[in-house]
Amino acid sequence: MLDTQAASGQDGYITPDGRKIGGVAMEMRNITLRFGGVVAIKDISFDIRWGEIRAIIGPNGAGKSSMLNVISGFYHPQEGEVIYKGYRRPKMRPYQVARMGIARTFQNIALFEGMSVLDNIMTGRLHHMQANLFQQALWWGKASREEDENRAQVEKIIDFLEIQHIRKTPVARLPYGLKKRVELARALAAEPSILLLDEPMAGMNVEEKEDMCRFILDVNDEFGTTTVLIEHDMGVVMDLSDRVVVMDYGKKIGDGTPDEVRNDEEVIKAYLGVAHE
Amino acid sequence: MPDTLLFAMEATLNGLTAGVMYALVALGFVLIFKASGIFNFAQGVMALFAALTLVGLQSGQIPFAHLINAIFGTRVHHFGWNMPTFLAIPATVLVMIGLAVLVERFILKHLVNQEPIILFMATIGLAYFLEGVGDIMWGAEVKALDVGLPKGMSDTVDTLTYNWFGYGFYIDRLELWAAGIAAILVASLTIFSQYTKQGRALRAVADDHQAALSVGISLRFIWVLTWSIAGIVALVAGIMWGSKSGVQFSLSLIALKALPVLILGGFTSIPGAIVGGLIIGVGEKLFDFFMSPIIGGATENWFAYMLALVFLLFRPQGLFGERIIERV
Repeated sequence: MLDTQAASGQDGYITPDGRKIGGVAMEMRNITLRFGGVVAIKDISFDIRWGEIRAIIGPNGAGKSSMLNVISGFYHPQEGEVIYKGYRRPKMRPYQVARMGIARTFQNIALFEGMSVLDNIMTGRLHHMQANLFQQALWWGKASREEDENRAQVEKIIDFLEIQHIRKTPVARLPYGLKKRVELARALAAEPSILLLDEPMAGMNVEEKEDMCRFILDVNDEFGTTTVLIEHDMGVVMDLSDRVVVMDYGKKIGDGTPDEVRNDEEVIKAYLGVAHE
Repeated sequence: MPDTLLFAMEATLNGLTAGVMYALVALGFVLIFKASGIFNFAQGVMALFAALTLVGLQSGQIPFAHLINAIFGTRVHHFGWNMPTFLAIPATVLVMIGLAVLVERFILKHLVNQEPIILFMATIGLAYFLEGVGDIMWGAEVKALDVGLPKGMSDTVDTLTYNWFGYGFYIDRLELWAAGIAAILVASLTIFSQYTKQGRALRAVADDHQAALSVGISLRFIWVLTWSIAGIVALVAGIMWGSKSGVQFSLSLIALKALPVLILGGFTSIPGAIVGGLIIGVGEKLFDFFMSPIIGGATENWFAYMLALVFLLFRPQGLFGERIIERV
């Protein structure tokens, strides 16, 4: 098994393409997650650094999505702790985690189907709005100014992800690839500290995949967003990510740069389907 | 102008104003259904409960007086003061918000992710519970509700129509007021849900719980908010119907009249509730006007339900409801 700490040093590192990666944003310490008798995640530790694109890969059922759900507060691990921005994170509800700056997308898209693209993305900014219920109801004080400011921010993201032409379209009418992009836009609208992407390219054709890859890289480049993503497509992962965690049967079997992981014996075993004992 | 046409016009106008009253009740159903997918059977009883509370507060009645007297052998009934309407209405609003908090805490919170039918059953339970509590709290006798709204024939309409047609229409002033208040209510609800942060959050929760959580919306807060708004709408409906026909148990049965309105307008559409109410109101009055001489009257009791049945056959999603699309 590879040792991340040794590979990356304590205060960040410089990627091969010259981007500077910062200190630790989030650290998972000995996370164990069980559903009844099934162990979904078994004693896994790794860290996520500011500004990096961190991938979690592994065969089906390896526990990748469970791990993402732990980070976003949808699941609560029985053991272990999550250190976020230097502090141990207490048990929180998903909406509280979201308000702390962790935005996410879902494997099978969770958008507000009945609402327009614009409205969907605006929901991403809900917790940036400070006006209280009464100001909102009376459209008084902060309320209208805030709406304008937030709208401007949302328009920036819409331009960035090239979805101007569908701004007013109800989401239910969009094709799959565009829905994925709208979901990304909603997550970005929250100006997250950490962006979680659960299989952002699942079910896409080659062209859509290339677009999505470009957007993820551009987002990281432009806003410096720390990104954690889960992906099946090995080619995509190796091109995109700075460091990769490899999971299999709920355990971590590899962690390091794409090159290190690619040549790791255990990882090769897991992916080539060598029989488990 | 022939008399029949004039009478029909009067019936239509009366139907429109009566329709607004139906729409007021239907509105409460639509709000909760949109926000949480629950058909709230207790909406009618909530209107009754709100009206009872308002009357009780106005007349300074002591809540649970009969219960207290029965247990402690006392003879308390009234605090001895009368609360003015402008204080009693906000106080009742607070009670309805309190009720929303309790409903969330003791019912909804425990039924997250359950089938809609389970939640529906829970609201039936809530309806009976609330009915009983209302009775124990404020007494079961029929009460008159007066919040200072004008009643009786509108002289303006009477004079105007007399000058135009040579025949004065009878329109109840209370129903004209109800129409005005309903218009304000619908306008503010629409603005609230379309242009505010909480309104957007409300629609988001209605659409997808998981996605709502992921953008930082607290489901519990939104539920309390929805039920509070439904409680306030129930209060408005309770005030209107209570002023019209007194506050009594039968007030809760107006909920039944809201059903055909909902089937016509669609369960998820606020404009639908209004238009549905108007169609039922007008249809009822006109049908009664033209058919009663032939089939012997009392058509108002069943016309709305028959119309709803016809709609169910040909357009089950209602006029404005979301289309039901099965994707295979």
